[in-house]
Amino acid sequence: MTERTVKLLKGQTGDWEIVIGMEVHAQILSNSKLFSGAATAFGASPNSQVSFIDAGMPGMLPVINKWCVEQAVRTGLGLKAQINLTSVFDRKNYFYPDLPQGYQISQYKSPIVGEGEILLDMNDGSTIPVGIERLHMEQDAGKSVHDQSPDSSFVDLNRSGVALMEIVSKPHMRSSEEAAAFLKKLRAILRYLGTCDGNMDEGSMRADVNVSVCKAGGYDKFRATGDFKHLGTRCEIKNVNSMRFVAQAVEYEARRQIDVIEDGGTIRQETRLFDSKAGETRSMRSKEDAHDYRYFPDPDLLPLVLDQAWVDGIKASLPELPDEKKTRLTKAGLSAYDASVLVAEKESADYFEAMMASGADAKAAANWLNNEYFGRLNKAGLAIADGPVSAGANAAIVKMVAANTISGKIAKDLLDIVWSEGGDPEAIVEARGLKQVTDTGAIEKVVDDVIAANPDKVEEVKAKPKLASWFVGQVMKASGGKANPGAVNAILKQKLNLPD
Amino acid sequence: MSLPTKLTDFSLAEARDAVQAKKVSSKELTTAFVKAVADARPLNAFVTETPEKALEMAVASDVRIAHGEARPLEGLPLAIKDLFCTKGVKTTAGSKILGNFIPPYESTVSQNLWDAGAVMLGKTNMDEFAMGSSNETSHFGPVFNPWRARNSNANLVPGGSSGGSAAAVAGNLCLAATGTDTGGSIRQPAAVTGTVGIKPTYGRCSRFGIVAFASSLDQAGPMTRTVRDAALLLKHMASVDPKDSTSVDIPVPDYEATLEDGVKGLRVGIPKEYRIDNMPPEIEQLWQKGIEWLKAQGAEIVDVSLPHTKYALPTYYIVAPAEASSNLARYDGVRYGHRASGPKDIVDLYERSRAEGFGKEVQRRILIGTYVLSSGYYDAYYSRAQKLRTLILRDFTEAYKKCDVLLTPATPGPAFGVGEKTADPVEMYLNDVFTVTVNLAGLPGIAVPAGLTANGLPLGLQLIGKAFDEATLFKAARAIEIAAGFTAKPTEWWRAA
Amino acid sequence: MTVGKDDVRKIAKLARLALDESRVEPMVGELNGIFQWVEQLNEVNVEGVPPLTSVVEQRLKMRDDVVTEGDAANALMANAPSGEDHFFVVPKVVE
Ligand SMILES: [Mg+2]
Ligand SMILES: [Zn+2]
Repeated sequence: MTERTVKLLKGQTGDWEIVIGMEVHAQILSNSKLFSGAATAFGASPNSQVSFIDAGMPGMLPVINKWCVEQAVRTGLGLKAQINLTSVFDRKNYFYPDLPQGYQISQYKSPIVGEGEILLDMNDGSTIPVGIERLHMEQDAGKSVHDQSPDSSFVDLNRSGVALMEIVSKPHMRSSEEAAAFLKKLRAILRYLGTCDGNMDEGSMRADVNVSVCKAGGYDKFRATGDFKHLGTRCEIKNVNSMRFVAQAVEYEARRQIDVIEDGGTIRQETRLFDSKAGETRSMRSKEDAHDYRYFPDPDLLPLVLDQAWVDGIKASLPELPDEKKTRLTKAGLSAYDASVLVAEKESADYFEAMMASGADAKAAANWLNNEYFGRLNKAGLAIADGPVSAGANAAIVKMVAANTISGKIAKDLLDIVWSEGGDPEAIVEARGLKQVTDTGAIEKVVDDVIAANPDKVEEVKAKPKLASWFVGQVMKASGGKANPGAVNAILKQKLNLPD
Repeated sequence: MSLPTKLTDFSLAEARDAVQAKKVSSKELTTAFVKAVADARPLNAFVTETPEKALEMAVASDVRIAHGEARPLEGLPLAIKDLFCTKGVKTTAGSKILGNFIPPYESTVSQNLWDAGAVMLGKTNMDEFAMGSSNETSHFGPVFNPWRARNSNANLVPGGSSGGSAAAVAGNLCLAATGTDTGGSIRQPAAVTGTVGIKPTYGRCSRFGIVAFASSLDQAGPMTRTVRDAALLLKHMASVDPKDSTSVDIPVPDYEATLEDGVKGLRVGIPKEYRIDNMPPEIEQLWQKGIEWLKAQGAEIVDVSLPHTKYALPTYYIVAPAEASSNLARYDGVRYGHRASGPKDIVDLYERSRAEGFGKEVQRRILIGTYVLSSGYYDAYYSRAQKLRTLILRDFTEAYKKCDVLLTPATPGPAFGVGEKTADPVEMYLNDVFTVTVNLAGLPGIAVPAGLTANGLPLGLQLIGKAFDEATLFKAARAIEIAAGFTAKPTEWWRAA
Repeated sequence: MTVGKDDVRKIAKLARLALDESRVEPMVGELNGIFQWVEQLNEVNVEGVPPLTSVVEQRLKMRDDVVTEGDAANALMANAPSGEDHFFVVPKVVE
C-alpha cells in the first residue's frame, strides 16, 4: 500500500485517528421491482406503484427480477469483486409500518458479491485503495410521511420492494475527505456501469456511515491483527444523502466521540441521524430497543445459482470504467490530475471523448475543457448535458487553435459567441474574419505603423528590452487579435534590433 | 354404469360424465348441493356460502355445455378451503384477524379450477391459519365430523386443518373440495372422515394466493370421495406457475388415465419405524390388511427403514412455527385485517391488533417460532431442525432404492371427541405423527379410506410416493380402494338437528 | 434449555403480541412442555449434515424486467382499516 498521511485529530489526551466504513444503498436501475412487476418510477402518486406482493397481501409470493440480478453481478464485477455463484435470500424480521411483509428480503450469510476494492482519487492526484466487504441485494421499504397530520403517519408503499444493492466497505477510510471521495468514486462507477443513476436527491443512493475513533496507532494494530477492538466503538449514521453531508457528519461525529471519551464517558454502539440543518448527529430514539432480526433463509425462494458462463458474458460486456479510462488518458498525454477530473463524472468523460473523436488533441482538449468550458458551465450553474456548446463545436475550436487558424485569444471570444449565439465555429471564424494573420508582409506593415507612431517608446526599448511586450500588445490590438503572436515577436525583434 | 339416485351422492367423475353427457345440468346439480350445504349448517363446515355465485357459474356452464364448449370440470360444484384467496369473496383463513378480508386477487389453484369450468359453492371452515389437527382452533367455531360413533350422539372432530373440506366431502355437501397440507392437514382429516386426500409433491400445486402457514411445507391438494376423483381434481389444481418460485417445471400428467393399471410388480415398502409405541390394535390390524390387499393384487412387499421418523414431529414443530412467525408478521392491522381500536401508538396498534386478532394456538406457535429464530437459539433449534430434515429426506432416498411406494397408517386413531385433546398441545400434535415426515421431505402422500373401527368410525391408510410420482400413488390407492370396498356413509344426523 | 417468564415477555415483545401478565406464567408452562418434547432432537448427531435449503430440485425462476402490475391503489386500499388520499394511516411514528 502507498504511504499516506493520516489526518490526526488533536484531543486533550493526545492524538486521535478516525476510522470510517460505509454501507451504501444503491437503487438498481430497473423498470420493475425486485420481486414484483410494479413500476419503480420516482415521484408517482401514493400507492400507485404497488403490487399485492409489495403490500404484503396474504398469499402473495416473490419472483425475482432477472435484470436486477444481472445488475448486481455487473456492479460486483465493476468493483473488482468476487461473484458468488450461489447466494441465498434471507428474511430480516422486524415490524415497521413501511415494511408490509413484516420482514425485508435481503441477503445475510451468503451475498451475491464478496470482497472487492475501489480506488479513491484524492485531490492531490494520489489514489487510496478501499476494500469492499460485500454487495448484497435486498428490497427497499416504503415511505412514511410524518408531517401531514399531528397525530398520524401516512404510509406510501411505492418504494416498497424496489431493488437495492447494499454495498459495504471495509473500515478503510481515515478522514472525512476519504469518506466523501469513496461515495464519489462509488457513484461514478455505478453510473459508468449504468446500474444505478446515483441520484442522491431522489434517494437512489443513500449512505450509512460508520464512524469510530481510536488513539493514534490503533488502526495499524487493526490492520495487523484484523481485530476490530482496536478501532473503538462505532456509531452508524443513517441515510446521509450528499457527499458534503458525509464529510460534515464524519467531522462532527468524530469530534463528538473524542469529547465523550475524553470526558470519561464511553461510546455506545448506536444508530444516529445526521441533521443537515444543524450539522449535527443525534441518537435515533425509535431504533433504540435491541433488535433481533431473526434472519433465516426465505422459504419462498430457492438459492440463487448462477452459471459462470453467464457471469463471464456480463464481464465481457462491461464498459470502460473510470480507473481504466484514467490510465488510458494519462497514456494519451494527460496529467493524472486532469485525467481524474475528467473521468470523475461519466458525462465529462463522455464529452471529452466525443471531442477526441472529433479529432481534437487530448491534452489540448483537456486543458480547454478544464480551463475554459467547464468553468463557464459552473458559473452558469449548468450540467454538461444542458450546456449550450456541443463537443463537436468545442473540438472545432481546439483544432483551429492547434492549426494556428485562430489565436488563443480569439478562441475564447469564439467560445463566447458560440455559447450565446450558437452556430458552427468554423463558419463564424470565416464569416467574421477571425482567422489568424500569418502573412508576414501584412504583419510587417502593422509593426512599421506602430514603430512610426511611437518614436519615444522605440528609444526606451533600447534601454529596457522588456518593453517589447508593450509593442506586441499594440500590434495585436491593431490587428484585432488576429496576428500570429510568434510572427509578431520575430518581426518586432528584428525591426527593433532586440537581442535574442 | 348405474348412477346414484341422489345428485349429491354422485362422485366427481360420475357428475362430470353425467353433465358432459347432458344427463344432468349443472344448475340441477348445483341447486342440489346448495341445498345440501344449507341443510348441513349444524356441521359448521362452511365459513362462507356463495349460493348466488354458484348458480351464476352453473348457468354459465350450462350455456357452454349447450354450445359444446364444456371444459374438463364444467359445471361441477366444489368447496374451497378458506385458505385459498378468492377474488371478491371473503377469505378468512379461519382467523378473526382476516375476518372481513376480501382479496382483490384469486389463488392460482382456485383460478385453475374455475378455468376448468368448476363451480364454487363456498369457503370451508378450517383451523386458524391451518394450525391445528381437529378444526377446533377456527375463529368461526369447530366443525363437526359427519361421522358419529355407533350408538352415540357425541360430536367428533373432522380432523384438521382442512376439517371443513373433509366434512363437506364426507357429508356429500359438495362433489369435492380443496385442502392444504402442511403437516397432514389433508390426509389426517381425510382419514378420519372416510374420504380420500392427497398432498402432492411440494411444488406440484402453486402456493400463489394461498394464505401462507409454513412456506416450505404448505401444499394444496384435493379432498374427494374416491381415488378417481382425487386424480381428476389434482390434474386441474396442479400447474406450473411463474408466480410461485417453488412451483416446479414438470408437466402435469393425466393421472386418471393410468389409475386402473394395477399394482402388479409394484414394490411396496413397509417402514418399521411406523410401528409406534401404544399403537391401537385396530390401526395395526388395518395396516396388516392393507399389506395383504396389495400383496394379493401382485405387489411385492419390502421391509424398509426410515430411522429418523421419530424426530419428524419435533422437527416439524420447530420449522413450521419458525416460518409461521415470519409469515404471520404481515397481519399487523395496517393495510388490511383487524385493527385494535384507539391505539396509543404504533407498537400498541401492533400488539393489541395481533393479540385480539390471533387465537390461542396461533399465538402459541408465533411465540415458539419467534423463540427458535431468536439470537442465541437459531443454531440449537432452527438450524438443527433443518439438518434433521436433510436426514429425514435421506432416509426416504435410501428407502426408495428398495421400493416404489410406502404403506403406513394415516392416523394414530379415529376421530376423537370435540374438546377431548385441546388441553395438551403435544398430545394434539401427535395426531400428525404419520403424516408430517412427508411434508418435511416434500414428498407426495395419499390417505385412502380402508375400514371402520369396531364402533363404526372410518380409518385410513397412507401411501407415500417418490417426488412427482403421484401417478403411482393413485394406482396403489385405487388398488386399496378396490380391496377395501369402503362404501359406508355417515347417517345424515345433521338434517334432524 | 428452559424458558422463563422474562423469555416469554421478550419474545412476545419481539412478535408484537400483547400478552397479559396473567398469561405469562401459563405460557411458560406450555412452551416448556413443547421445548422439553423437542429436546429429543439433541439425541441425533448432526455433525457434518448440511441444513436443508429446499426440497425443490430446480433453479430459482427469474422474471423479465417488465411492469405488469401495481397501478391499483383503490384495490390496494379496499381492505385498509384506515386510509386517506390513497395513503395507509397509522398512529404517528416518531423517528
Ligand atoms: Mg446494513
Ligand atoms: Zn440494507
